[in-house]
Amino acid sequence: MFGLTALDLARIQFGFTISFHIVFPAITIGLASYLAVLEGLWLWRKNPVHRDLYHFWSKIFAVNFAMGVVSGLVMAYQFGTNWSYFSAFAGSITGPLLAYEVLTAFFLEAGFLGVMLFGWNRVGPGLHFFATAMVAAGTLISATWILASNSWMQTPQGHEIVNGVVVPVDWLAVIFNPSFPYRLTHMVTAAFLSTALFVGAAGAWHLLKGNDNPRVRVMLSMAMWMVLAVAPLQVLIGDRHGLNTLEHQPAKIAAMEGHWENTPGEGVALILFGWPDEAAEVTRWQIALPNLSSLILTHSLDGHYPGLKEFAPEDRPPVAVVFWAFRVMVGLGLLMVGLGFWAAWRRWRGRLYRGRWFLRFACAMGPSGLIAILAGWYTAEIGRQPWVVYGVMRTADAVSEHSALTMSVTLAIFVVAYIFVFGIGTRYMLKLVAKGPEAGEDDPATDAGASAPRPARPLSAAPDVREG
Amino acid sequence: MDLATVWAAIIAFGLMMYVIMDGFDLGIGILFPFVPAREDRDVMVNTVAPVWDGNETWLVLGGAGLMAAFPLAYAVVLSALYIPLVLMLLGLIWRGVAFEFRFKADESHKPFWDKAFLFGSATATFFQGASLGAFLNGFQTDGPRFLGGPMDWLTPFSVFTGLGLMAGYALLGATWLIVRTEGALHDRMVALARPVLLILLAVIAGVSLWTPLAHPAVAERWFSLPNLIFFSPVPILVGVSALLMLRALARPEPGVRPFLLALFLLFLGYSGLGISLWPLIVPPDISIAEAAAPPESLSFALVGAVLIIPVILAYTAWSYYVFRGKVRAGEGYH
Ligand code: HDD
Ligand code: HEM
Ligand code: HEM
Repeated sequence: MFGLTALDLARIQFGFTISFHIVFPAITIGLASYLAVLEGLWLWRKNPVHRDLYHFWSKIFAVNFAMGVVSGLVMAYQFGTNWSYFSAFAGSITGPLLAYEVLTAFFLEAGFLGVMLFGWNRVGPGLHFFATAMVAAGTLISATWILASNSWMQTPQGHEIVNGVVVPVDWLAVIFNPSFPYRLTHMVTAAFLSTALFVGAAGAWHLLKGNDNPRVRVMLSMAMWMVLAVAPLQVLIGDRHGLNTLEHQPAKIAAMEGHWENTPGEGVALILFGWPDEAAEVTRWQIALPNLSSLILTHSLDGHYPGLKEFAPEDRPPVAVVFWAFRVMVGLGLLMVGLGFWAAWRRWRGRLYRGRWFLRFACAMGPSGLIAILAGWYTAEIGRQPWVVYGVMRTADAVSEHSALTMSVTLAIFVVAYIFVFGIGTRYMLKLVAKGPEAGEDDPATDAGASAPRPARPLSAAPDVREG
Repeated sequence: MDLATVWAAIIAFGLMMYVIMDGFDLGIGILFPFVPAREDRDVMVNTVAPVWDGNETWLVLGGAGLMAAFPLAYAVVLSALYIPLVLMLLGLIWRGVAFEFRFKADESHKPFWDKAFLFGSATATFFQGASLGAFLNGFQTDGPRFLGGPMDWLTPFSVFTGLGLMAGYALLGATWLIVRTEGALHDRMVALARPVLLILLAVIAGVSLWTPLAHPAVAERWFSLPNLIFFSPVPILVGVSALLMLRALARPEPGVRPFLLALFLLFLGYSGLGISLWPLIVPPDISIAEAAAPPESLSFALVGAVLIIPVILAYTAWSYYVFRGKVRAGEGYH
């Protein structure tokens, strides 16, 4: 297909399926913890707003979770179907880690999910809260194992190679490999941040539509506190993460910075924008700030770090994608910090729930967390090329021997099915969001229609989204 | 027993859990064409809505366990079965999202998601069965390299096992619904269970004749003495449980008995296959010992499996207990 080799197609297929997958887990991780907090608040303060928000977001969670599960199911098989040589070579490490993920996380999430979603009237409040907490814990445990596995592929250690296969010799070294702590905290923070931005955007959207009620306000307020706390933290973690990458994967950092070579006696400039030209080995049309890159990465004004020319061309990652993906992530990260502070300032002036420009901005930032997550993964994964296990196995040696025809057909099927299924699912999710949280939602104790005063809902034009 | 054998047993257990648990979920989808009324279909889906995800997780355990304990087998079998597995996964995607979308969709889309549920369940089951058939037929391999072509899996035998598994899951689904429903839907399932059981028996007989005829090694395994004597309880038990099930179905209130017998029947079929294959993990050439991961991997993962699987079984049982009892129309969980 389009002159692509089976290897290219296998990579596109993996990249495509994992990119769809990661969007749902990010929201699952964030929403599960948010729901646990809401339910905890409800049990503690008995404020019905928290209970109503719990029921509202748990419906959205259910749709999102289903999409996360089915897209993840595909991932668990892709290692064998598409990367059979990688699996035969390194399955002795990634396999046990994935097995632990299934045992400690997937079963936990799935086992308590039923009670969490359908058990409100079947078990006591304490037990129900426990189920929600277990689902939330499951999502975090899941992230831990899969990121240990991915980080090992980025910065492998604790293994030997015997008879052409990887043999783990020190499991603690394998799991706590150099990039794992950074990747785990960066990704989990990213999930919380993305969810906060999503929830905040939902609140802002309802306020913009004139659907002002305590539930919508609490939603926006909680989300903005979260963004304020977590966005700056993410920038800090990202900085540490980059320093770690410089130590272990210098070629990736050089690509992220578009840095080709050092000039003796001069610091490295921070290129804000530009176009890395791989053939000419320069970054064209740069807008750069002198010495800043040295300062960030070496903490001195004229420190040096390896440029791309110090690596053989066949050991360099594709530069332009990595360079730009990194800028998208960092740019969005800075905007998120901006949103957090803007919201704090407006809250301090008592105007958080008004102001069209602020609300519009909060709305527009809704998908930004997910976009930054994808951009971050493209930086990390494409920057790792040409290696699948860094410095140990090349991607070209990892791929299964399917023909380009087979790969094209399956890729086409995946693309069509994913866009259709997940496209529609996302639409249903957004429709549920658009309905907005209602008082006495799903609560058998009060007849929502009769007793609760119903706020004017602009979206009663969407009665086709069945409730309950 | 060495570590590799223990792991083979754990994976076999995980896959069996998958077959019986997701079996009745998928069976419900396969039975959809026989139950046209939307209200009945809602009841059917609601009997499994709180538990289906956990059921499916056993499949993930099978995949992950295989990669952990037998990376070579994982690499060879999954690339050899690339196409049927992709189609199976797509089937599981359709039916998995249909659980949620059936309830959350616009009124005009709902019939579509009903069809998607049926189509997804049937596709996933067929390709699971076909993969199983292809697996029994064996793969041409050379180390981690699969030497065959992308369509080698498609044979009359694999089509037969694909259709056969649909009958097996349909029986599980029907007998599960006998336990969990009442009234007309319940009676409909009692009436359906009988013909489905007969089809399943024909399938079991078919596979039992076909494999030894096609594979002399399998014939050798079953029909040499003293094996013949050891293994003869398997077919006898199949016959006895089928008879017991027919009797139970004839009662006014069959209760859980047909379901338990259906589980037992599938278990017997499954152990029959295990007997035929042992000790191979990729027939006809790769044995369990050859495909095993290094002992460091096997023992590390085993600690987790031994400690955690009992806990999983406990909370899974609790969740089934919370959602016990008959599901009535209109009493949706949603
Ligand atoms: C940072 C988190 C993260 C990352 C990087 C990944 N996943 Fe994931 N995955 C989750 C976080 C997660 C989750 C939050 O735990 C999910 C989302 C929805 C869910 O049910 O669990 C999940 C679901 C999920 C499932 C379904 C589990 C079930 O049946 O309940 C499988 C099989 C996988 N994933 C496998 C993978 C593989 C093989 C990945 C790598 C290539 C991967 N995931 C990346
Ligand atoms: C969830 C977020 C992730 C995203 C968005 C992501 C993205 C990508 C992309 C775009 C590629 C293709 C790179 C290329 O070929 O140029 C890729 C490759 C790959 N990734 Fe990731 N990845 C993620 C997580 C993971 C995890 C958690 C693992 C392992 C446990 C993993 C393992 C791999 C493997 C095996 C390849 C194929 C070999 C390769 O092309 O390098 N990825 N990923
Ligand atoms: C603004 C400051 C940020 C900096 C300096 C930063 C830094 C980095 C670096 C250096 C990497 C590559 C690590 C590697 O593979 O070696 C990375 C990856 C990543 N980033 Fe960021 N990041 C920032 C903001 C964000 C934001 C706001 C998000 C999402 C909401 C995000 C999500 C991710 C993800 C998901 C990855 C891939 C996984 C990983 O390697 O951790 N980042 N980030």
